[in-house]
Amino acid sequence: MAFFIFTIVKMLIIFTIYMVGVAMLTLAERKISAWIQDRHGPNRVGKGWLQPAADGLKNFMKEETMPAGVNRPLFVLAPALSFIPALTTWCVIPFGAPVPTRWGRIDLVVADLPVGFLFILAISSLGVYGIVLAGWSSNNKYALLGGLRSSAQMVSYEISMGMSTIPVLLLAGNVSLNSIINQQVWGGWNVVNLTVAFFIFIVAAFAETNRLPFDLPEAESELIAGYHTEYSAMKFSLFFIAEYASMVTASALMATLFFGGWDVPFTARDNIGPYSGWLSLLSIGIFLGKILFFLFLFMWVRWTLPRFRYDQLMSLGWKILLPLALVYIVLIAAVMLGLSAAGIGEGWMYTAILASVNIALIIILFAILDRGRVISPAYGRMNPKEIERMRRLDARRALAAEAGR
Amino acid sequence: MAIQVKVVERPLEDVSYIRATLRGMALTVKHLFDVTNRATIQYPEEKAPISPRWRGTHRMLTTETGKARCVACGLCPTVCPANCIKLVPGEDEEGNRYPLVFEIDEFRCIFCGYCQEVCPEEAIHVGRHYENSEYSREGFVYDLQRLMDQTHPVCEMWDPEDPKGE
Repeated sequence: MAFFIFTIVKMLIIFTIYMVGVAMLTLAERKISAWIQDRHGPNRVGKGWLQPAADGLKNFMKEETMPAGVNRPLFVLAPALSFIPALTTWCVIPFGAPVPTRWGRIDLVVADLPVGFLFILAISSLGVYGIVLAGWSSNNKYALLGGLRSSAQMVSYEISMGMSTIPVLLLAGNVSLNSIINQQVWGGWNVVNLTVAFFIFIVAAFAETNRLPFDLPEAESELIAGYHTEYSAMKFSLFFIAEYASMVTASALMATLFFGGWDVPFTARDNIGPYSGWLSLLSIGIFLGKILFFLFLFMWVRWTLPRFRYDQLMSLGWKILLPLALVYIVLIAAVMLGLSAAGIGEGWMYTAILASVNIALIIILFAILDRGRVISPAYGRMNPKEIERMRRLDARRALAAEAGR
Repeated sequence: MAIQVKVVERPLEDVSYIRATLRGMALTVKHLFDVTNRATIQYPEEKAPISPRWRGTHRMLTTETGKARCVACGLCPTVCPANCIKLVPGEDEEGNRYPLVFEIDEFRCIFCGYCQEVCPEEAIHVGRHYENSEYSREGFVYDLQRLMDQTHPVCEMWDPEDPKGE
């Protein structure tokens, strides 16, 4: 019974904080974009702090348009379908050290699923349905194009995203998020040991959340607003909320998988106890700080980088990230096999070897990425030698024509 | 023969995506924290500086006795290209001319400033002021009293001897 009550309380608290946080994120986005562009940003409604409330009120009051020729049930369902998976994912992410209470220890996670990470992969890929259905049911060519692009993009990057996390799961030996955090307590943050995996994951996460430089589904300059072109009022707002919610979830995932989650750095006791309320508070604060950092990164990148071209997007996903992730899995598995064959168990030695392998891999990878035009410009798909040969042929033909005349 | 794109060989630091990305990120974060250098002018509270030769809302200057300087010579309605000045001259007992009716329709006015240039008494001026709003179109027909009541600084006309206004 206590479990039941606590779960409901946790759900309510998380939901409230989450929605308020998402609202504040829209403000943060506008403020950061403004500052980056040498502007002030919203500063009128309650010095700017009440801007999200004003926006929300406006969206509730606005007229809902139902364009001619829409598929009504799906048109109404789509915003919810994109919003719910983004929110649901959050429920398996542990966000703090357990709190000891009179009724027993309470884990600070809504549902401590043993298959936590698999659940996240399964649910987060459902988000694409909302977008595709929104695009299709709108009966609008731009919306349809946006939906198509998003399905291609999400499906492509979902694979790299899943593959990039396999080294993390290999190290942890488990898919539960708490054991991934526990592994990082003794093994160091995964970003230090598995930087390449983190690199792939963060790129894929940007693509999964439809954020710039991967915002092809929206692509204002090409597709008006992409899949939500025909949406108005609160339905449009739900798409907006869904985007920010999936940003928060992606940030939380990055923090959990690669930055040690809620673990207090340089201490080991927070995973064994003794627990206290203060420790929980501290760990929540640390987790929040990490999430905020990644959210800032999302916004920072959005207001810096331009959008990819569609073929570049596909070539990055399929020709670079996916093979890279696969090779990386093999490499890490080989290193772990070697380590266990050499009899090196958990400890600083293990971490040091992994980290040094990692540094070597980073140097190799970034040397290649830096030198090769990996995301090719249109002409880059031709071999320079081939171009040279064609030029010579052309010149010879011109000479022959000259002689013939 | 297919059209070929000319491939220019450039040094590595010009073509590297990673370095370009990092440079871009550094640039944006520099602007993010550059709080002293915001381009926005918070309009109702702060206003953009306007030129001393700004030609805006009209103003009628007055003599020390509080009367309009206008002698109703009729030059300004004559020169006005937009035909926005309505002037009915009057004459008092001493034979001094004064305007019985002097109205300027600010909607018709094109703010060319000819009226100020042509005025022999330096009575009518265009002013350094641009915030006009009314509830009706009739409100924009300024009569003599209203023109005299304006307090904003007047336009400094362009002087050919001193083209930069120094």
